[in-house]
Amino acid sequence: MTTAWEPVIGLEIHVQLKTETKMFCRCRNGFGGEPNSQTCPVCLAFPGALPVPNRRAIEETIKLGLALDCAIAERAVFHRKNYFYPDNPKAYQISQYDEPLCAGGHLDVPTGDGVTRIGITRAHLEEDAAKNVHVAASGRIHGATATLVDFNRCGTPLVEIVTEPDLHDAETAKRFLQLLRQTVVELGLSDAELEHGSMRFDVNVSVRPAGSDELRTRTELKNMNSFNFAAKGIEREIARQVRIYEEGGVVDQETLHFDPAHEESPPMRSKEEAQDYRYFPEPDLVPVEPGAELVERLRGEIVELPGGRITRIAETLSFYDADVLVTGGLDRLWVAVVDAGADPKDAANVLANQFVATGIDPGAVGAGELAKLVSARAEIPRAAFDEALAKVGEPDFSADPYLAQKVVADTAELDPIIERIIEANPGQAGQYRSGKHGLLGFFVGQVMKETGGSADPRVVNERVRALLG
Amino acid sequence: MTVDTLRLSAEEANRLVTDGEVSSDELYRAYLDAIGERDPELHAFLYVCENDPGAGIPIAIKDVIGTRGIPTTAGSKILESYIPVYDATVIANCRKRGLRVIGKTNTDEFAMGSSTENSAFGPSHNPWDPSRVPGGSGGGSAAAVSAGLAPWALGSDTGGSIKQPAALCGHVGLRPTYGTVSRYGVVAFASSLDQVGPVARNVRDCAFLYSVISGRDEHDSTTVDVPEVELPTAEDLKGLRIGVPKEMNGVDGIEPGVSAAVHKALELAESLGATVEECSLPRSVDYGVACYYVVSPAEASANLARYDGVRFGLRDDGADFREMVMKTRDAGFGDEPKRRIMVGTYALSSGYYDAYYRTAQKVRTVIKREHDELFERFDVLVSPTSPTVAFPIGAKIDDPVAMYMNDVLTIPSCMAGLPGLNIPCGLSEGLPVGLQLIGPQFGENTIFRAAHALEQAIGFDVVPERLR
Repeated sequence: MTTAWEPVIGLEIHVQLKTETKMFCRCRNGFGGEPNSQTCPVCLAFPGALPVPNRRAIEETIKLGLALDCAIAERAVFHRKNYFYPDNPKAYQISQYDEPLCAGGHLDVPTGDGVTRIGITRAHLEEDAAKNVHVAASGRIHGATATLVDFNRCGTPLVEIVTEPDLHDAETAKRFLQLLRQTVVELGLSDAELEHGSMRFDVNVSVRPAGSDELRTRTELKNMNSFNFAAKGIEREIARQVRIYEEGGVVDQETLHFDPAHEESPPMRSKEEAQDYRYFPEPDLVPVEPGAELVERLRGEIVELPGGRITRIAETLSFYDADVLVTGGLDRLWVAVVDAGADPKDAANVLANQFVATGIDPGAVGAGELAKLVSARAEIPRAAFDEALAKVGEPDFSADPYLAQKVVADTAELDPIIERIIEANPGQAGQYRSGKHGLLGFFVGQVMKETGGSADPRVVNERVRALLG
Repeated sequence: MTVDTLRLSAEEANRLVTDGEVSSDELYRAYLDAIGERDPELHAFLYVCENDPGAGIPIAIKDVIGTRGIPTTAGSKILESYIPVYDATVIANCRKRGLRVIGKTNTDEFAMGSSTENSAFGPSHNPWDPSRVPGGSGGGSAAAVSAGLAPWALGSDTGGSIKQPAALCGHVGLRPTYGTVSRYGVVAFASSLDQVGPVARNVRDCAFLYSVISGRDEHDSTTVDVPEVELPTAEDLKGLRIGVPKEMNGVDGIEPGVSAAVHKALELAESLGATVEECSLPRSVDYGVACYYVVSPAEASANLARYDGVRFGLRDDGADFREMVMKTRDAGFGDEPKRRIMVGTYALSSGYYDAYYRTAQKVRTVIKREHDELFERFDVLVSPTSPTVAFPIGAKIDDPVAMYMNDVLTIPSCMAGLPGLNIPCGLSEGLPVGLQLIGPQFGENTIFRAAHALEQAIGFDVVPERLR
């Protein structure tokens, strides 16, 4: 058997909006708080309570839709999605169904081989469920014995983004998720923190013979809380399905609960028990009709998004460097430093390696001074450079005092120092001469120490070798 | 001074209190005494407030309307122990005007019914003849106002629950234009149809109470700004164009005595200067009830799903969540809610949605358009409110469809979102006959004006004969 298999992957991403208040009531919207302290008759679904939509959440969803090049509906409708579950107090979730706010967009994902365009089927607005705390030894849903409900999260505005099945490998899926996350964070819509659940995603996976355009039965992987788990889960699921087909079996449509600690993904529910959600238009709400003026105002608030910036910067640098700069939040500073006269590649190296290690906020840095430092990097002592970089975020930082310190490359100045050190360490000198060349570093280190780091390491290396030889 | 609650209008009661002739407390006590005397026979109230704060006159509240600190059962065992933590907007509006809640009135369970016989706590009785129903679902509010147990009351109307009981008990009830009165805090039955409205002894009281409760509410996004309410003074009907939809005056099952009383009222209207002309609402009457019994149970099936025993109300424990919910709902809901939850769930189910729910929504649009066209030619439409006078308790309880057909004349305008008002227009077999006036959207002032003039001319005595 030599059939090649092509994976087909689609994603459903949920992002919690960080609005002041919840989607349909005025309770505070925020992570944490004493259980059930951020609740009211509306989000607890007391008799007679009615939803009132959060204008801000609608605007932010439109903004995200615009960032994803979606068409914004002239008339969007909220629907009721009916199901019984303890975290769903009305026994219906207010969501959107066949008339979502945003539809038919895409996100361009830059990769080493160019841009991969991933279709966005839709992005719609809904309310989050409460948090069920399943009490069990393992702390996981699987095998739980009791359930407590915290309604603080209930009613948090939630945007659901659904992709077309345009992804064909785990790595691109992971890159898409990372880029989408950065996009919503930069738009200021959400913290999109996976560990707090403010960004969550489900993955639909199927495989088919390469070259075919059929869509085979897919399985859904739920509950993945890191991009790496997602990639791992996708790869594992692709391998499982391929194995089933190659053994002549059939893949069942089911939802798998991803557990990184175990090789198997235990099934949560199979689609035979699939719910009929009985969607119908929410009669407590009127349709949302965002006017063209509002949409254009929101469009004007969108700045250049990370995907576009990676592609643009990759025209100057390698894709890898561009990706590191943008995903690291360093690209705006890079542009400013290059504009101030630094070499693009040198600037990228300094930012992506030394600068990022300092933990300094890129927004606090004066690009002109940093550009001077980058340009002088080879000519000043390493120690001076490191010291300067550590202070580059300070308000009155000036690079000039550091630039005044030059590296010592003059052999007339260095040779007496090197000779003195060789004399002071006759044992090591003897061992070196009898073939233990690993001791070169020892002598170089001593010289650097002696010169307070101002010696040019390249010249020191050369002279130590010559004088010992 | 003794207060004759049987004959006292809200306007007059308010004047007595304002002028200091009777204190608010004395008035409240007079109504409590009336309740003590007559409610054991009528069972209009599910709960009586011994004392409720306020400086004004009392009001009775249908028990689907949430009242903070006062039990609100919606006539259901599943909410028997439920005490709201917040006031409905209409209650807050009443309180702002000093109105004092005197009690919570009986209703068919979740307002589902036309006789109050579906109340989990037993039926109410018609003050004109206690062996008969007071209508429903707001039979409790109707019986209370009719028997002088409250000067006025709030009801709620989904397919006729204010208008039909007003007809059967012989007083005035308004179902307002959809969106003019907040539903916030009102136990939901069918959200796209539910409207709270006033139940009163005369048209002016009705109009005044409507002005108290109506208006845009930030808690209900389906509410709108409402034209200023004009208290009616008109005694003639000059220039009023009355349409008489022939289907609504000739439908099978209209009792001859009802037809006769309505016919007499129309003659009177002409003599007061109105033009009266026959017109037609063919599809509204043919399909109204069927359409209503798809849309309202569908919405109800979702609205009643929150009663799961988790957060409030009845809980019947089970081995797991699923079993607890099933046992709670089985024990808590009566037959009629169960019937409608099943019908509604079916109508929304995948594979049936298009045939039922979507089709019903289309029919609803047709009904609305049919009404809109008539209002290009007419100011009000007139018909009987109920095809029959009050029927004996038990007569229809085993035949749901016969019970549903009781609302054949009130449902079409409800489906169209239009206001409708009942005034009594005479007696048939010693029981009140109700006249329904339907107006265009936001046409309440027109209805009040026409109804007031007719009311003055008809001179109907709203006090039940046996209580005079």
